[in-house]
Amino acid sequence: MALAHMDVAGSELLRVEKVDVSIDGREILNDVNFRIDHGEFTGLIGANGSGKTTLFRVILGLQTPQRGEVTVHGEPLQRSNRSLGYVPQKVLFDPDMPIRARDLVALGIDGNRYGLTRRTRANHLAVDEMLFAVDAQEFADRKVGGLSGGEQQRVLIAHALVSRPELLLLDEPLANLDPGSVAEIIALLHKVATQQHVAIFLSAHEMNPLLPVMDRVVYVANGRVASGTTDEVVRPDVLSALYGHHVDVLRVHGRVLVVAGQDSDESSSVADHPELVVE
Amino acid sequence: MNWLFEPGLFANQSVRTALLVGAVVAVVSGVVGIFTVLRGQSFAGHALTDVAMAGGAGAFLAGVAPLVGFVGGGVVGAGAMDVIGVQRVKGRDIATGVVLGAATGLAALFLYLSATQSAATGTTQLILFGSIFTVQSSTLPAVVALSAVVLATLAIIGRPLLLSSLNLELASARGVRLRAIGFVFMVILAVSVGLSAIIIGSILSTALLIGPPASALKLVTRFGAGVVLAVVLGVLATLLGIVLAYDSYYWTSSHRALPVSFFVVVVVVVEFTLASLVQRRRRSKAPVPARAAVHGDPIGWH
Repeated sequence: MALAHMDVAGSELLRVEKVDVSIDGREILNDVNFRIDHGEFTGLIGANGSGKTTLFRVILGLQTPQRGEVTVHGEPLQRSNRSLGYVPQKVLFDPDMPIRARDLVALGIDGNRYGLTRRTRANHLAVDEMLFAVDAQEFADRKVGGLSGGEQQRVLIAHALVSRPELLLLDEPLANLDPGSVAEIIALLHKVATQQHVAIFLSAHEMNPLLPVMDRVVYVANGRVASGTTDEVVRPDVLSALYGHHVDVLRVHGRVLVVAGQDSDESSSVADHPELVVE
Repeated sequence: MNWLFEPGLFANQSVRTALLVGAVVAVVSGVVGIFTVLRGQSFAGHALTDVAMAGGAGAFLAGVAPLVGFVGGGVVGAGAMDVIGVQRVKGRDIATGVVLGAATGLAALFLYLSATQSAATGTTQLILFGSIFTVQSSTLPAVVALSAVVLATLAIIGRPLLLSSLNLELASARGVRLRAIGFVFMVILAVSVGLSAIIIGSILSTALLIGPPASALKLVTRFGAGVVLAVVLGVLATLLGIVLAYDSYYWTSSHRALPVSFFVVVVVVVEFTLASLVQRRRRSKAPVPARAAVHGDPIGWH
């Protein structure tokens, strides 16, 4: 069950301090600092390959940083921290995998436990409740491998939430989804975050669908981050400093377009926002 | 039923031992096989059969019981594969291939030596393709004990193993120790393959390991049902194979019994074909899922 203490909006849940990560001699993250508060919806925005997954792996304790520290409730990180739930990117289940949606959710409770303990009635109820919360009862008894991308994503969210974490990390959950499913998943996360009192930290290379729900943004480029509210971070001066060259921020009909494309920078955000170019 | 059970079948001591050992080993093979298929480790399973073959041949040469060689060889092979790096996705095929090659070369040497040094005929046949009717009833306790250890270990690590078979990232985020679990499973796999080697021979163990679980997975939606069906199909193939091999003695006037392994594999293949047909029939009958219209999936998730 969730730690009941300190579950107050606005108080610190997670802090990342001066984190440097290099993998095989290549610098991935450099002096990364930010915090996430209880119950907040935070977006981790950056181009593909900017180090978003590495940052998640550091927070989960699966990647040891060369320098710096991650604390949860002010305590140093432990592996398999029960305060954290995780939805990895590009999870694909084989259609023949004999696991129903409800089985996957149940493994969120006891998937790490040894022995053949019987699942208690309380566990079954928790699974049902979580399937209801993500609106997945309709396909609860179907094999996960046979579900659509959006449906699999909802089941994975239920799997991550059923152990009642305080922070849910989602790695590119919107990639490979059609626009309808993107809107559905965002609305669902917003609803679940409020109902279950869980903070959300979600990575994406496209921030526009998240603008209505994001409390804060952590923007990654060149291995460094800028964090704060969208208005504080998504500004030409802040992003120019981050990218190391001039960046324009255009606001059109409540949407944001970051034009970071320079000859020197191939990670042009224009390429990451194709629908905006069309509009 | 006289057409299936020839007279004197069950009165024969070696047939009774064969049926008993076969059933026990088929149960283990079915349970271990389900995980092997789900983890995509069929190739590793096959490499371990080749190591078991080298072990079996070495045991024969040294005058030790084949089971000791089959199982011992497999366990050493599992260790070697772990050291070379079977755990890394990139190194997996390489580690498996290297061990497979080394083991087969060693088996070639042992089999050559035993063929030239001993007067016993059929060693190669016995090691490669098994000889269940020659299994002594004194072997039964060892088979049962090893089987019990394998099944008990799987019962203990079952859930974390299943989660890591579904997705490594999900499992490691839950705190599952992937490396330890992966190694324990390789050892279990080696023991299981060594056990089935005494029935259908070392190089055919893969058939019993992969065939029944692969058929079962085509037909079930639940993991538990998959385990049960794989066990049933494996036991059926083994027992039927033994009976048919015994019967084959009476089929021709020359009275030559055909190998058990051949019949086991025939039944396994028939089961797989039937399962595939049932699956195809179900898929063509299934209505177009409504979700395609509701959510849409233009990217093609599969």
